[in-house]
Amino acid sequence: MDAIRSWIKSLLLVELFQGMALTGKQLFAHKFTIFYPEEKTPKSPRYRGLHAQRRYPNGEERCIACKLCEAVCPAQAITIDSEQREDGTRRTTRYDIDLFKCIYCGFCEEACPVDAIVETNITDFHFEKRGEQIMTKEKLLAIGEKYEAQIAADRAADAPYR
Amino acid sequence: MSSVLHNLVMFWQALPAGWQLTLRSLAGIVAIMLPLILAVAYLTLAERRIIGFMQVRIGPNRVGPWGLFQPFADVLKLMLKEVILPTNANRFLFLTAPIISIATAFAAWAVVPFSKGVILSDANAGLLYILALSSFGVYGVILSGWASNSKYAFLGAMRSAAQMVSYEIAMGFALVGVLLASQSLNINQIVLSQGGNIGHWYIWPLLPLFVIYLVSGVAETNRAPFDVAEGESEIVAGFHVEYSGTAFAAFFLAEYANMILISALATTLFCGGWFSPLQGWAWLAGTPLGFLTHTSFIWFAIKTCFFLYCFLWFRATFPRYRYDQIMRLGWKVFIPITVVWLMLEGLAIVIKLPPWFA
Repeated sequence: MDAIRSWIKSLLLVELFQGMALTGKQLFAHKFTIFYPEEKTPKSPRYRGLHAQRRYPNGEERCIACKLCEAVCPAQAITIDSEQREDGTRRTTRYDIDLFKCIYCGFCEEACPVDAIVETNITDFHFEKRGEQIMTKEKLLAIGEKYEAQIAADRAADAPYR
Repeated sequence: MSSVLHNLVMFWQALPAGWQLTLRSLAGIVAIMLPLILAVAYLTLAERRIIGFMQVRIGPNRVGPWGLFQPFADVLKLMLKEVILPTNANRFLFLTAPIISIATAFAAWAVVPFSKGVILSDANAGLLYILALSSFGVYGVILSGWASNSKYAFLGAMRSAAQMVSYEIAMGFALVGVLLASQSLNINQIVLSQGGNIGHWYIWPLLPLFVIYLVSGVAETNRAPFDVAEGESEIVAGFHVEYSGTAFAAFFLAEYANMILISALATTLFCGGWFSPLQGWAWLAGTPLGFLTHTSFIWFAIKTCFFLYCFLWFRATFPRYRYDQIMRLGWKVFIPITVVWLMLEGLAIVIKLPPWFA
């Protein structure tokens, strides 16, 4: 009996029509596509995107060339040279991050005792010439200055969970 | 202005009759080809959009308003690409195969009646001509797979050869049903014999044959769920792996032109062609909706578009058949059903079952 029923069922294409009904319904369903350049999905304050170097509110750069980030970096993407400044403090003369080596793990940010190196939530960046992927100290500081408000807001939002 | 026109008419009349026929046929071919190519272009867009919508996404919408210029961008891209000839390929066959594919796909349109009297060639054996051309189209696939000298192309060609040949039998039988019902091989005659309202269409007495025709049509054109010939997960792209640029575009064009052809034939053979489904509803003729009862190209287009939509719908819904299942379906299911139904139909014709066979 079951055999006859399944035979008739397959002959009448019941299951095929059920499948088509499902896709037919989906045709009118709400679409979840995000129109990317115009619309963007929300990002976590912990998002690890492009790097930046921050400054103190008085304009002094935070980085003290402790080289913890260089030491912790698993991809060895960070290169730091340092010297003593005239006022006796130690500062970097060179702070390069090779973004082709970087794996965006965020360890540098975790390691930094003065919150100097941070990863922003910037994801849209590109390089047009060889060598542009090396983020020098100047470039990092420029990004930090430009996006300081966003960086500070992200840090503040994440602070209660740290 | 009128003198120019007059001169043109004089020139036309001065031409020998043979020339006139040739020129008129050429004009007819162009008048069919250009809209057909445009329809193919927009069918590709419609496919991507509709399948996208069924998969709860949007589909191409960036080139022009609602993505309407996308087909032209695609065509431009394909034209600019190089046609790569594989080193070990047979050059002549490699380049002939897409031409065969596209030529047969377009040539079959000669006998399709678009509207009352609008037909390029009112051939007496139109149905046979279409069957012959759709058989010939298999050569394009087989030759391309053979000439490419590539494992995947060869596998795809063998698969599609077996598949297209098996389904042609079921399809042929389904068309025999139409032939029996209309007593004619002339496609125009077949449409005319379905005159009357929606109840007079052959889709009702021949419903199983219609379903088999449509499914075989999907298999004939190597569309999902019967696209084992392309089977991108197993054999990359099947018979056209080695093709690029314009040669690939030719296969693409042929596939979609065949899809439209199958839909147009489903319309003409089973669904009354250019007849309105409301034809003969006298009470409607006097009202403002009277135009719905007129026969016109619009009805043909609407019905064809519906079947094309079904093609896309199938593709969005069904997973690819396994190869042995395809063969089982073709040989062990479709052919017996068609034979049984042909017998029943013969019986119906003998007892003159109204309204179709009266």
